[in-house]
Amino acid sequence: MNPVIFYTIISLVGIGIIAAIVLYFVSKKFYVQEDSRINAVEQVLPNTNCGGCGQPGCHAFAQAVVKAGDLSSLHCPVGGNDVMKQVAEILGVKAVEKDPYIAVVRCSGSFEYRKKTNVYDGADSCKVAAYLYSGDTGCAYGCLGMGDCVQVCDFEAMYMDEKTGLPVVIEDKCTACNACVKECPKGILELWPKGKKNQRVYIACLNEEKGSTARKECAVACSGCSKCFEACRYDAITMANSLAHIDPEKCKLCMECVDTCDVHNIITANVTPEKIQAANEQRLKREERARKKKEEEKLAAKQQGDEHTEQA
Amino acid sequence: MSEQLLAVSPSPHIHTELTVPQIMKGVIIAMLPAFALSIYNFGITSLYVTVLSVSFCVAAEYLITRYLLKKSASIQDGSAIITGMLLAFNVPSNLPWYIILIGSLVSIGIGKMSFGGLGNNPFNPALVGRVFLLLSFPVQMTSWPVAKATLSFDAVTSATPLGLLKEGIRAGDSMDTIMQTMPTYSDFFFGFQSGSLGEMSACALLLGLGYMLYRKIITWHIPVTMLATVLIMTGIFWLIDPNRFANPLFHVLTGGVMLGAVFMATDYVTSPVSHRGMIVFALGIGVLTVLIRLFGSYPEGVSFAILIMNAFVPMINTYIKQPRYGVQKEGKPRKEPTPIKAN
Amino acid sequence: MSTQNKLKTFNIGGVHPDDHKISARIPITTLPLPKTVIIPVAQHIGTPATIVVQRGDSVKVGQVLAKHQGFVSSNIHSSVSGRVGIIEEVMDSSGFKHTAISIKVKGDDWEETIDRSDNLVEDISLEGKEIVTRIMEAGVVGMGGAAFPSHVKLSVPEGKHVDYLLINGVECEPYLTSDHRIMLEKPREIIVGIKILMKALGVKNAIIGIEDNKRDAVENFSDLLQHETGIEVQPLEVQYPQGGEKQLIQALLNREVPSGGLPSDVGVIVHNVGTTFAIYEAVQKNKPLVERVVTVTGKSVKQPGNFLVRIGTPVIDVLIAAGGVPEDTGKIVSGGPMMGKAIADLDVPVAKGTSGILLIPKAEALRAEIYNCLHCGKCIEACPMGLEPYHLLLMTKKGNYDKAKHEHIMDCIECGSCSFVCPSNRPILDYIRLGKTEIRKPKKA
Repeated sequence: MNPVIFYTIISLVGIGIIAAIVLYFVSKKFYVQEDSRINAVEQVLPNTNCGGCGQPGCHAFAQAVVKAGDLSSLHCPVGGNDVMKQVAEILGVKAVEKDPYIAVVRCSGSFEYRKKTNVYDGADSCKVAAYLYSGDTGCAYGCLGMGDCVQVCDFEAMYMDEKTGLPVVIEDKCTACNACVKECPKGILELWPKGKKNQRVYIACLNEEKGSTARKECAVACSGCSKCFEACRYDAITMANSLAHIDPEKCKLCMECVDTCDVHNIITANVTPEKIQAANEQRLKREERARKKKEEEKLAAKQQGDEHTEQA
Repeated sequence: MSEQLLAVSPSPHIHTELTVPQIMKGVIIAMLPAFALSIYNFGITSLYVTVLSVSFCVAAEYLITRYLLKKSASIQDGSAIITGMLLAFNVPSNLPWYIILIGSLVSIGIGKMSFGGLGNNPFNPALVGRVFLLLSFPVQMTSWPVAKATLSFDAVTSATPLGLLKEGIRAGDSMDTIMQTMPTYSDFFFGFQSGSLGEMSACALLLGLGYMLYRKIITWHIPVTMLATVLIMTGIFWLIDPNRFANPLFHVLTGGVMLGAVFMATDYVTSPVSHRGMIVFALGIGVLTVLIRLFGSYPEGVSFAILIMNAFVPMINTYIKQPRYGVQKEGKPRKEPTPIKAN
Repeated sequence: MSTQNKLKTFNIGGVHPDDHKISARIPITTLPLPKTVIIPVAQHIGTPATIVVQRGDSVKVGQVLAKHQGFVSSNIHSSVSGRVGIIEEVMDSSGFKHTAISIKVKGDDWEETIDRSDNLVEDISLEGKEIVTRIMEAGVVGMGGAAFPSHVKLSVPEGKHVDYLLINGVECEPYLTSDHRIMLEKPREIIVGIKILMKALGVKNAIIGIEDNKRDAVENFSDLLQHETGIEVQPLEVQYPQGGEKQLIQALLNREVPSGGLPSDVGVIVHNVGTTFAIYEAVQKNKPLVERVVTVTGKSVKQPGNFLVRIGTPVIDVLIAAGGVPEDTGKIVSGGPMMGKAIADLDVPVAKGTSGILLIPKAEALRAEIYNCLHCGKCIEACPMGLEPYHLLLMTKKGNYDKAKHEHIMDCIECGSCSFVCPSNRPILDYIRLGKTEIRKPKKA
């Protein structure tokens, strides 16, 4: 054999052996003992590192879960109950069910309803526009329409509707990771319980101006007329700063309020028009009954009064 | 009030007129003297090479942005034209068209677009193309037509002054004998020597430099530091042994030093951002150029020197910063910000 | 004063926009009284003032409408006489709605204590502390644009020694000429104002810094100051943003305010010439800050000029005096073109800090196409604080605010030089401001 080749082989093998020995000892010496459950938990997590759980990433979440030992305060919104059940099995604790959430857009001020009062010409970012001034329409509460929320969405679950200028959440893709909610400088986006049969109802307006001012600023603004408030049988609607708000915890999804809004700004998801119509009819009937009852009572009171006078 | 809407934006509400297209136009204008001289020297071939190179580069950028990246084409900023011209400036005037095509594709495709287009490339695209060609086609890239052989495609070729110098030293000739075979310094200065298209005339390049400084497109830091470094370093070696090393003026006027100092090293994207950084960068290029020229196996080292220093730019930007207002070197403890006040 | 020597200026960064001082030769004229004024209660940096009048009250010029709340705050006076109207949230030049008092103008009835004559009162009868109180009561704020309450600046913290008073007559913003006109028309009053400030601060030296494009003002002052000791006038090379407090201190005294510090840390207090004049009026004439000089200018304005305007006058009234809004107007800026705020609503009132109204023609109103960052370093070259604006833009865009803070983003004076020079038209300052806003926000628990 050619001595050059021979020595080359010998020296390369030698270097290889020495390096292997060094690596072996280094890995032994610097081995970090980690709870094997962390790895197991991380395996079942979605590993999108979105930060929706409040932890910096999935590994950190796994560490936190293992350290805490129970699931009451930690929840992966992306994986949802299925993933959390698996995590609970790994840790041998009881799973905590949480209702799935979804992001909703609480502004209906599309181009059609909300006229531009000036042209925004700054950096293409809602946050920049938000610190600069109250917006390029009259409404200081509405969507600025530059899509910061779409930019931060890791799941491609949002897009800007070019016709309305408002963001749209794609129901199947939204994981309720909270990124868009944190990003929006106007607080337009809100996490909302997905609801039974994925049915939701919410008021898509945040304008706190008085009724007449608000309507001047946006044709579909909530004017604080209280009609929906009066229609609700479960005290789920509250009025504050001439703005109605539905509390999703109390809402029974009866849909009776939907048709009371004269600008149709009570938004429903996955509810058939038939159901809304039925609910509306039911409400009208109930109101009718109430009115009749009142009238009867009035009549009765009157009759009673008449009797009194007769007696006298 | 009419119905039109007023614009609203954060301040400032006025902007300088020196925008990217303006700057690119300015650089192209600055290259024209050297280009005109190359046409005078090498005739129509020079025009032929430059036109080919520019059109290949622009076409490559258009096709890549339009069909590969599926974005709107970015050729209107004019940077591809500059890359094409610089590539042409860096090659001999008798280069066949297919080599120019390959060079253009490498410059734009690998040198620029693969990093994300204008502004993101770590290396000077024209130099990437040039060095690629130099290593792939060493014969064609180093057969230089003799200047002033106008209007002829099959001009006589000869070595560059730097090539002659290297060969002479290898053959063991004394410096005086080598120098006798060379053109005079005034020929060097006005560009009557053999070499790449654009690198021959210090005079034409200095005109371009003057124009760019006047338009405030570039600052003096890179060209002056780089030329001074080459002058001083070659000067020191020359003083040590004038028989082995050529004099500094020869080094500055021949080869790509001028072209490099004026157009290649000053490329915004691939040079440091602060003035201090620029000086360090140019110093490095000067030193590396001289080392390669005097001790390396290639007669010329500007392209390699610039590419090597390009790689150091992010580090220079991180560690070498310009003086800050109100901040001592050790860094003072911070308090609440002061309210601002202008006027 | 030797004109042969190179003029002084600050030595880090700076840009040279065209100065377009169209209205520099037009004397100050008094604007006719508007029909209504809208007086915001937050015209200054600090706590908004508390309203002390009610709807229907009759008020006189100079009557207090809102009292200062705490030390960093300022009184708000009625600038007209008449009846108080509705008090509600109104859009002001900040771009947001703030509480404001509207007053229907009736006659021009001034408080009796105010001396409205043009006589120059040179003897300063008040003592140090009284001067500061008087300035505070008169609601004087910095009139250069930032509107920082002046009495706060005059109350030097314990343990700090101030040896120089600088008077800012730089007016480095292009287009604006209000300070220039005040310096030409009221130099004697300004000199008395400087003496008042020197007395209040107990300093022996004062320098008036004026950019060399206002040669007439420099010569005027040097004639008047021939027999004065302790006050001198210093012409400065024209360079933006020389009117920044820190830049002016560097230009005149070659001192650097430490990062995060105040001018008093290096023994300096800076006041604007307009403010100095207001202080003269407040102390010598007992006249609160109810009117100010506003430049109305722009390339296509029919009658550009400098107007003495009552605080609270709607912008539209001022524009009508300048020949109306030209057809080609694309943008209206309250303040100068480099630091002013664009306004979309012409009913916005003139506030204490409104130094000018600039009408930008449509052709120049919109920003040009944005390119990639070329790393040309022009923003670094321009930054008067020696920051790296292109880098700060990247950090804030990614939400990396902690790193931006480490890179001294808070030192930024928001002069706009970086955005001005950027050849790629990148909105550098937009994002730096965003970063500063985010960092200033109290952290959510």
